[in-house]
Amino acid sequence: MEKSLSLREFIITRLIQASGYSAILFVALIFFFLLREGLPTLSEVGVTSLLNVRWYPIEDYFGILPLLSGSLIVTLGAALVAVPLGVGTAVYISEIAPRWMREILKPLVELLGGLPSVVLGFLGILIVSPFLRVFLDLPTGLTAFTGSLLLGGIAVPTIVSVAEDALDAVPRAFREGAWALGATHWQTIWRVTLPAAKSGVLTGVMLGIGRAIGETMTVMMVTGNAPVLAVKLGSLFHPVRTMTATIAAEMGEVANGSQHYHVLFFIGMTLFLISLLVNVIASSVIFQSKKRAERVLS
Amino acid sequence: MVLSSIVNRLLHMNKIQIQNLSLQYSDGTESLRNVSMEIRQNAVTVLFGPAGGGKSTLLRCLNRLNDLAEVKTSSGQILIDGVNILDPKIDVVALRRKVGMVFARPVPLPMSIRENVIYGLELAGEKRKSKLDEAVERSLKLAAIWDEVKDRLNDPAIALSGGQQQRVCLARALALQPEIVLLDEPTSGLDPISTGKVEAALQELKKEFTIILVPQSVQQAGRTADAAAFFLQGELIEYAEGKNLFTAPKHKKTEDYIMGRFG
Repeated sequence: MEKSLSLREFIITRLIQASGYSAILFVALIFFFLLREGLPTLSEVGVTSLLNVRWYPIEDYFGILPLLSGSLIVTLGAALVAVPLGVGTAVYISEIAPRWMREILKPLVELLGGLPSVVLGFLGILIVSPFLRVFLDLPTGLTAFTGSLLLGGIAVPTIVSVAEDALDAVPRAFREGAWALGATHWQTIWRVTLPAAKSGVLTGVMLGIGRAIGETMTVMMVTGNAPVLAVKLGSLFHPVRTMTATIAAEMGEVANGSQHYHVLFFIGMTLFLISLLVNVIASSVIFQSKKRAERVLS
Repeated sequence: MVLSSIVNRLLHMNKIQIQNLSLQYSDGTESLRNVSMEIRQNAVTVLFGPAGGGKSTLLRCLNRLNDLAEVKTSSGQILIDGVNILDPKIDVVALRRKVGMVFARPVPLPMSIRENVIYGLELAGEKRKSKLDEAVERSLKLAAIWDEVKDRLNDPAIALSGGQQQRVCLARALALQPEIVLLDEPTSGLDPISTGKVEAALQELKKEFTIILVPQSVQQAGRTADAAAFFLQGELIEYAEGKNLFTAPKHKKTEDYIMGRFG
């Protein structure tokens, strides 16, 4: 009896352990695979060619700068849209909205987060892009700006839901303390509640941006996919092509093991590194503020 | 209005008049039933009794912090210097500057000691450094903590001990130069030495302020009270001079509670 029980314990513990380790294993395998398929590019194509401004794989132009800049400008635009909107919505839900409103808004935002991005792309093509073309008098509505708006919409639910949790976790005593000192509602939000929830809000922002960088379907549908270097402010209103869209569009057509194939993997590697960087920055921000709090409390 | 408040002040030395105050929360927990009392200026008035008696609710009416709770019904009046502060038209922010509050659990805001103390003043729009510095020193001295923190005003307030934090919170309330100070079990988490310091500070403070204290125990009520009010389940049972109430309570329930027969 006792033996079978301890055996069961043993098996269950090991199973849980294995599933924990497997997460690390899979990430490592993916990274290894990306490296194996992507690194040959450095010798086949060479760094100088990769840093070219022309992407035209059929004639062996493999400059990834247009794609990199396309991804960055779309993501930056998305962040400019999503951060104020997301944090604002979180503050509204957690601090200002009456209870019945909160109970409607929270599930709605979470529903928005579950919306397939292809549906959003659909809306982008049919509504946002024609509207922008007419409203801003552009030759085409399929621009980086269109992508930014829609990606912003994708990042908002992530930011709202994480930031709202963080704001909600701020003790009521903080708010009462500020109110009792004669702070107005807005002063309490801006100077007490938001700073107290800072690390959670930042995590939400980073996760949202991380989602925006990796998003493929929507941007492929609405950014026009022209691999043009986008470094000026005006580039925001021209078509661009992102790294994710390039991989998704071209991976199906390349010959296995060709130069083009390796370059696409190299782009995937770059993308992986960028999102890794975003995550590291995010967690170091959180870690720092934790460390400070711990130091202070000890 | 101004004239009437002056007349009022001359007629009574009563800072606060509570008239037929009743209040019920939406969830039906704690409430007040037809409470009337007058609170003297420059004295420590103690509101005591078992939990759920309405003491904190009464305190939170005095600076309208109850506005933010879910209150079902309320009626009656609270006059401070002759002005009804329950009037929806009064300036609540100005009221809260005039009626400071210290809570049971010290809530230092996530900033330095100095910033905590001047926080209320900054919110009120005071920017002159000399004024702020002066307020920091004056209020920390009033709260009997100046000597302990004067060399580390820029350290985070949360790094202080509980007793020190509570006195910084007291200083923070005093920095606004309120006329009335509300204290809701300010020593509940403190050791006896810190408690003693806070109580001693109160006796000094009453020279300048009107103090209303919800004590942590009957013993503390007895030590600190100039006047004492005994609350039971939302009703004011007995209200008298401290020395009378604790030595010769008139009401049976008050006596039973003071003697520790219930509660």
